[in-house]
Amino acid sequence: MILYGTELTSRLFLGTAQYPSPAILQEAIRASGCAVATVSLRREGAQGSGAAFRALMQETGVRILPNTAGCHSVREAVTTAHMAREVFQTRWIKLEVIGHADTLQPDVFGLVEAARILSADGFQVFPYTTEDLVVGERLLAAGCEVLMPWGAPIGSGRGVVNPEGLRAMRAHFPEVPLVVDAGIGRPSDAAVAMEMGMDAVLVNTAVARAGAPVAMARAMAQAVEAGRMGHGADPMDRRDMAVPSTPVLGLAELI
Amino acid sequence: MEILVNSEPREVKGPTLSAALQELGYSGGAFATALNGHFVPQEHRSTQPLSAGDRIEVLAPMQGG
Repeated sequence: MILYGTELTSRLFLGTAQYPSPAILQEAIRASGCAVATVSLRREGAQGSGAAFRALMQETGVRILPNTAGCHSVREAVTTAHMAREVFQTRWIKLEVIGHADTLQPDVFGLVEAARILSADGFQVFPYTTEDLVVGERLLAAGCEVLMPWGAPIGSGRGVVNPEGLRAMRAHFPEVPLVVDAGIGRPSDAAVAMEMGMDAVLVNTAVARAGAPVAMARAMAQAVEAGRMGHGADPMDRRDMAVPSTPVLGLAELI
Repeated sequence: MEILVNSEPREVKGPTLSAALQELGYSGGAFATALNGHFVPQEHRSTQPLSAGDRIEVLAPMQGG
């Protein structure tokens, strides 16, 4: 998979928040085989741990995708993106402009505007968006080369709640990399998204808050791979009624 | 002069952003700064003057989803 000219070896993106410890985070990253990990920027005192965290992430060797999580306005998101570019030395930015405090639903109007500003400034934008096709078109016109539709609200673990919407997105944007961001709760959710033809999934809470995060990281990786292979293997059509799989021809009459 | 650093009132001499950061104990390159909501790149901190009441944000790498 190539995103903004960079070839990635894994279709699983892993978030780095909420792990029981930095060591478990590192182990989970390794177990997942992910090629991309998301990070953020937060306020820090003079004796803060930011440098240590950055060093920890550099040790893993994964590509860093900074986010603008928590930003509720275009200005906040754009400023945060600039600060992230300086700290992490990357043009990649996972752009979040949050529109609703309860659902963490993206403010798609602000998102498109921020994406336009950042793309024009040389950023390579990964927009956290909904499955709305028109918004997707506007984001592409704004300069985005990847779309990150939500599966379900962030941290909800509800899986893909609108499969028809994501299928429509896949059909409407056949050549655009689609990364399902948010809502994946279980490996089966990741597999469902991948079977639908999504290009990748981003998972955080489902791994970090699992009872065994490292095992869950591995399970997510296998689910992503299985889903991708299943999609490529052209799954059968669903049927309303049973159809015997064992041949009826030659069936004995034993009554 | 009194400024706000991550919303906390702090007394600094300044007169520049880099001088104030040094005074407050920030060192190394693992943080980014904004002044009154505007990004100030690292190379501009030493020429960025401060005024009383300025709002500085100092952000550093952190876990995120």
